[in-house]
Amino acid sequence: MVKKILLVVLMAFFMLMLLPFAKDFQAFEKLSPTAEKYVQDGPKELGGANLVSSVIVTYRGLDTLGEVAVLFIAAAGVGFFLRREGKNEKAARRQASQILFSGTAFLFPLILVFGVYIFLHGHLTPGGGFQGGVVIATAFVLLLLTDVSASINNSVLHLVESLSGASYVAIGILGLVLAAGFLDNRFLELGEFGSLISAGAIPLIYSFIGLKVGAELVGIVDNMREVRS
Amino acid sequence: MTTVLIIVLGVIMIVAAILALVQKSLLSAVIAAGAVSLLASILYLVLAAPDVAMTEAAIGSGLTTLVFLFALNKIRKEDKNG
Repeated sequence: MVKKILLVVLMAFFMLMLLPFAKDFQAFEKLSPTAEKYVQDGPKELGGANLVSSVIVTYRGLDTLGEVAVLFIAAAGVGFFLRREGKNEKAARRQASQILFSGTAFLFPLILVFGVYIFLHGHLTPGGGFQGGVVIATAFVLLLLTDVSASINNSVLHLVESLSGASYVAIGILGLVLAAGFLDNRFLELGEFGSLISAGAIPLIYSFIGLKVGAELVGIVDNMREVRS
Repeated sequence: MTTVLIIVLGVIMIVAAILALVQKSLLSAVIAAGAVSLLASILYLVLAAPDVAMTEAAIGSGLTTLVFLFALNKIRKEDKNG
């Protein structure tokens, strides 16, 4: 009883604390100076038709590198704690239904291509490396759900992940050496605005992020799936 | 019109979130939590943030739900053994 009263009092207290945010809320009438600079100069400087993702990988590229590092640490943590010890005995699992089998056979290539499309067109349409990588991971998850005996080749996964991570940083350093700063995309030709090969290094960076995120998430799910016997 | 849609989505999200809390069965709770994410992704789409919506739909309602389900499966197996 006392517990419940305390809980209600606590919730009321939090609501009171949040009240000023609701009361004094006012929509922004104009962009902040930084945002205004991005909007005005971004398309010209970066050459990407999708301003949001162009800003994410260039002006705010260091933040994105940090996010990728956080995801890497999370994947490494899952891999460490859920490591399979000794020999890997296949637990008896129920076979997937026919619907899942046929659905996966049909959808797997489509989802894979869609994921690649999302990160290759990151500088043109909404989306980017993260989204594309996650979509690729969901395709593999579908495969793992369907085929209970399927196993992912871990060394290939690690190779893809490390190579794309290293290439991402290498591109950042190339930008530092050849252009204005770390993760500057302008050491490659900006090209024609709105075409697939444009916006300098942005499609390249997004491809590496997409591969890295996809490999990491597949690794996480693969680790979670295995039942330690 | 958009405001009405946002309010409706918000109300359903709150209901789903409460369901996820009070649900006795863990499986239903996980699925309710996934539904919150799915509705949130629609909300982001309405608020003109398609890239965030994409991430939310794929990670929030897809992978997170799945990871929870795998974890649930694991806990049950260990319960049975131990």
